[in-house]
Amino acid sequence: MNDAPPVTAAFDVQAIRAQFPILTETVRGRPLVFLDSAASAQKPRAVIEAMVHAMERQYANVHRGLHWMSERTTEAYEACRDAAARFLNAGSRDEIVLTRNSTEGINLVAHSYGRGVMRAGQAVLISEMEHHSNIVPWQMLRDAHGVELRVARVTEAGELDMDSVAAHLADGKVGLVAITHMSNVLGSYTPAERIVRLAHEAGARVLLDGSQAAVHRKVDVQALDADFYVFTGHKLYGPTGIGVLYGKAELLDRMPPFLGGGDMISTVSFERSEWARVPHKFEAGTPPILEGIGLKAAIEWVERIGFPAMEAHERALTDHALARLSAIEGVTVIGRAQDRGGVISFTLDRAHAHDVATLLDRQGIAVRAGHHCAEPLMRRFGLDSTARASFAAYTTRTEIDALAEALTRVRTFFA
Amino acid sequence: MSEAFEELRDLYQEVILDHGRHPRNFRRLDGALHAKGENPMCGDKVEVWLKLGAGERIEDAAFQGRGCAISIASASLMTEVLRGKTRDQARSLADAFRTLARTGACPVCDAVHEEDIERLQPLAGVAEYPSRVKCATLAWHAMEAALKGEGSATTE
Repeated sequence: MNDAPPVTAAFDVQAIRAQFPILTETVRGRPLVFLDSAASAQKPRAVIEAMVHAMERQYANVHRGLHWMSERTTEAYEACRDAAARFLNAGSRDEIVLTRNSTEGINLVAHSYGRGVMRAGQAVLISEMEHHSNIVPWQMLRDAHGVELRVARVTEAGELDMDSVAAHLADGKVGLVAITHMSNVLGSYTPAERIVRLAHEAGARVLLDGSQAAVHRKVDVQALDADFYVFTGHKLYGPTGIGVLYGKAELLDRMPPFLGGGDMISTVSFERSEWARVPHKFEAGTPPILEGIGLKAAIEWVERIGFPAMEAHERALTDHALARLSAIEGVTVIGRAQDRGGVISFTLDRAHAHDVATLLDRQGIAVRAGHHCAEPLMRRFGLDSTARASFAAYTTRTEIDALAEALTRVRTFFA
Repeated sequence: MSEAFEELRDLYQEVILDHGRHPRNFRRLDGALHAKGENPMCGDKVEVWLKLGAGERIEDAAFQGRGCAISIASASLMTEVLRGKTRDQARSLADAFRTLARTGACPVCDAVHEEDIERLQPLAGVAEYPSRVKCATLAWHAMEAALKGEGSATTE
């Protein structure tokens, strides 16, 4: 491959690619060009091996066995909580609730904080660029609990409109701000620190949806002073079925449980039960043990590469992709945020996004097309759908060039 | 033309591109049977109108909508092949077309619908793309809903 030299001495994209077995696969007889990592990232050997090792050598149920296998498995699983706490710079490992994914984390907060702590008449503030997973749980809370749902605007550039945020906070009714840290459609980061500061000044708590951001940028929940932060394992090179909810201890303590069952209680009788302490209060039933072990391996893998090197690599890719795509006649990139990451949505004149995606797939290139689980944002920009290319640590310049060349061919089809 | 280009052609044949770009019978019909079709997975929408004439045969068929080249081309071709069909023939052709779109062929339909299936053959390539089969069948679902007197159909 004729890739440009690595952007930092520490970052060798070919060495990284060699750790992902799937990247040697071919699709329709061509090397796989996987530009759909924002939907779900591929897995490095370290993650695959950690999970296989657990299944082959060290596996039992956790938190209850008095035998060697259970104790060792509990240690391995609980190490995921430590890794996640370090990854987010949480104040304590007890502030880490292990969930199934970001969606479950948001639903947990909507249920336990929304119904348990918020009062009818208060409001939740989201934005126009939320994923459905950060819209629907709040609609359900609104309908069940009499909480108002407010929506902050997004500018034409695809940035969160902070004037709109401030205006919605002005009357002091907003109890919780739930906003993405990075748009899964536009790639825009939101100014998390400013959002938190404004919200706290107005007496509101803040949940940040880090499904995208946590993959691309170092997140420090204490520096951000975030009250809740969620991310999901499978976008962070880890397995599906495991996610993380960070919550400040004082808040988690005040919140009632989410799901009931084993593991989340201290004592049970038919008259009443007592809840286990935080975070176990929110973790009913046998947890995703293997997935937790896989997520720990994924976090360690990301930490070994380091965010500075990964961010520089992805920034160079994004700049290159924006330049190449913008140079193709008929291609329009949606959003032009100042602070953005490696997620690019675009349209092609006279061609529907699904046709674009199918024609790219014919050339071995995987992109996503559709509304990206963000229908209100599509409507905000007057679109039905877009195609989306997204980048990861293993993405190369050559792949972006392949996308640009393939798109040029697609364009001639619909010209 | 390059090899890569040729490969793209077997799904997006000229007929599909042509009907996608210049859909036929893209209009409304007054006083006709009518139904809307929607694919909630991708947001494609079509409306179909059918005017029955002598002997309950379809005298005119038309559609409007927005969607990908495949859903528009399929709707456009459908309005062409439906003319002169009875209700039963239209339903039977819809079954045959769905088989064609899902499997890429419909050997048993050949006897009854040979000419029409040949006309619709360019859409057989979607069989390789399970997620795109619904694009091709959307208008046909709407057409059947219109015949049944139901106002709407969905691909789900």
